[in-house]
Amino acid sequence: MMSATTPKIPSQFTLPQDQSKASFVSTPAAPAKITVSDLDFYYGRSQALFQITLSIPERIVMALIGPSGCGKSTFLRTLNRMNDVIPATRVEGQVTIDGNDIYDPGTDVVDLRRRVGMVFQKSNPFPKSIFDNVAYGLRINRVTKSKTELADRVEQALKDAALWSEAKDRLHQSALGLSGGQQQRLCIARALAIRPEVILMDEPASALDPIATSKIEELIVDLKQQYTIVIVTHNMQQAARVSDTTAFFLLGKLIEVNPTEKIFTAPDQKVTEDYITGRFG
Amino acid sequence: MSTRTSTAAHDKLKFVGRLRRALSPTGNAGDAIFRGLMFCAALLVLIVVGGMIIALALKSLPSIRQFGFSFLWSREWNPVKSEFGALPFIYGTVVSSLLALLISVPLSLGIAIFLVEQAPHYIARPITFLVELLAAIPSVVYGLWGIFVLAPFLRVHVEPPLAHWFGWAPLFQGPITGIGMLTGGIILAIMVTPIISSVVRDVLAAVPNSQREAALALGATKWETTRVVLINGAPGIAGAVMLGLGRALGETMAVTMVIGNRAEISASLFAPSYTIASAIANEFTEATQDLYLSALVELGLILFLVTFVVNGLARVLVWNVTRKSGAAA
Repeated sequence: MMSATTPKIPSQFTLPQDQSKASFVSTPAAPAKITVSDLDFYYGRSQALFQITLSIPERIVMALIGPSGCGKSTFLRTLNRMNDVIPATRVEGQVTIDGNDIYDPGTDVVDLRRRVGMVFQKSNPFPKSIFDNVAYGLRINRVTKSKTELADRVEQALKDAALWSEAKDRLHQSALGLSGGQQQRLCIARALAIRPEVILMDEPASALDPIATSKIEELIVDLKQQYTIVIVTHNMQQAARVSDTTAFFLLGKLIEVNPTEKIFTAPDQKVTEDYITGRFG
Repeated sequence: MSTRTSTAAHDKLKFVGRLRRALSPTGNAGDAIFRGLMFCAALLVLIVVGGMIIALALKSLPSIRQFGFSFLWSREWNPVKSEFGALPFIYGTVVSSLLALLISVPLSLGIAIFLVEQAPHYIARPITFLVELLAAIPSVVYGLWGIFVLAPFLRVHVEPPLAHWFGWAPLFQGPITGIGMLTGGIILAIMVTPIISSVVRDVLAAVPNSQREAALALGATKWETTRVVLINGAPGIAGAVMLGLGRALGETMAVTMVIGNRAEISASLFAPSYTIASAIANEFTEATQDLYLSALVELGLILFLVTFVVNGLARVLVWNVTRKSGAAA
């Protein structure tokens, strides 16, 4: 029913070589951090993504919106090859970060994931202390040379994730004693600690109350200064508040990418407008 | 006066009503009978366990009166002189079981990690099946295999090199016979590996995937991710090890056949030893005096209590881990 209304994707919005067009991103001069071209994704025999072509400039927040099951989380997880963990999945097409094809057989996936951090829908702290959670990525990647440097990096990450004031007196207590919102910010701090270049967020605030949600949103806007952020969200207002660019997915296809303001006021596609105004989805 | 009788009658009615509700919440007679029968079946377990403890305690009273606590640390076991001390058996039981764990735990962890974290389904399933089949082999068959295959093999190919390279350590000194503590420990290790590995497998499988993804997303390698999984499953793994310990402590037949059955404490792993379970199995037919029999029953009581506690703890630990994730998944 919906596929009948799905229009052909206008190529001027999606082809990477068109990224300099004024309408494509809010900061047209920004170079592309991530370029995706003709990406198909399969779970076994069923295809979940169809010919996704998209480029994500550096240091912006891109929101991925669309109804449940439209492939936005799957797409997000192709960007750090997290889908590799799921058996019988297959990728076709190309994803490049800084010009390097991440699906090239020579790619070091461990290194890729260090550079492309991820925050999940459900907070997933390790059953360790707050400090050890944030220090985890630093330790396994042997980032720091001394104990004081490690402590400094942990402190900085907790500050960047706006958790320092609440956590500084209980660094060595279990992370599982934190509230839901605090646990999610801890997971953000843990991702920030190794200073990735890109941060992927899969509905990071969907399980949180409004106050915790607004803290996470403020944080995302702050983090844009240093990081490229791609966020999946079901919450239209959230996409409108935090993102510079919004991509609308439907049934595994990318329908439209535009500056967030344009998407929410005058989208190019009728179906985008229908979704945003709540006529379906 | 009349109010009094009526309240008494009322109370009686209330009591009957409550009893009926307790027997059958639905108020149906058939339900009540069914429930009652099932309750009796469950009660039987308690009666058997309780009765066993009481019977063992009563039968061992003469020995407890005679020797007191010195039974636990006396090394003398001499039925002719009517002197009975349990230390050599306790030593043999504990050391053979620990030796078994020492060999079996790394092996079982390896099996479980491979099955849960690494093997594709079409390999994991048959291996899981085979490992669990190992647990079904009768103890006496393990014993036979131990005598005719394992013991000669150890005597020829394992113990001489050990004595040659590590002979400076008291652990590897003395005559090499192939029958003794080392062989007993290895047989036990083979017997407890299926138990430990299958429980650890369940525990690791119960660790939520979000933990693995969290580690991977931070640039963890397969081994580093596995370590996170192990930390999550730690209490359950401890439980699995204790379940294996419980089995090893109580195992009788296979160990009796290969451990040598001599009530002596020797530092050497090559020397013959004796476990509580083998002592009872071997000696109860010759125990003609009451005190001798009573000492054997007391051995049984000790073993029973120790395995009871070890197994109880193990169950609680495993249950705590698998229950949590079971609710989440």
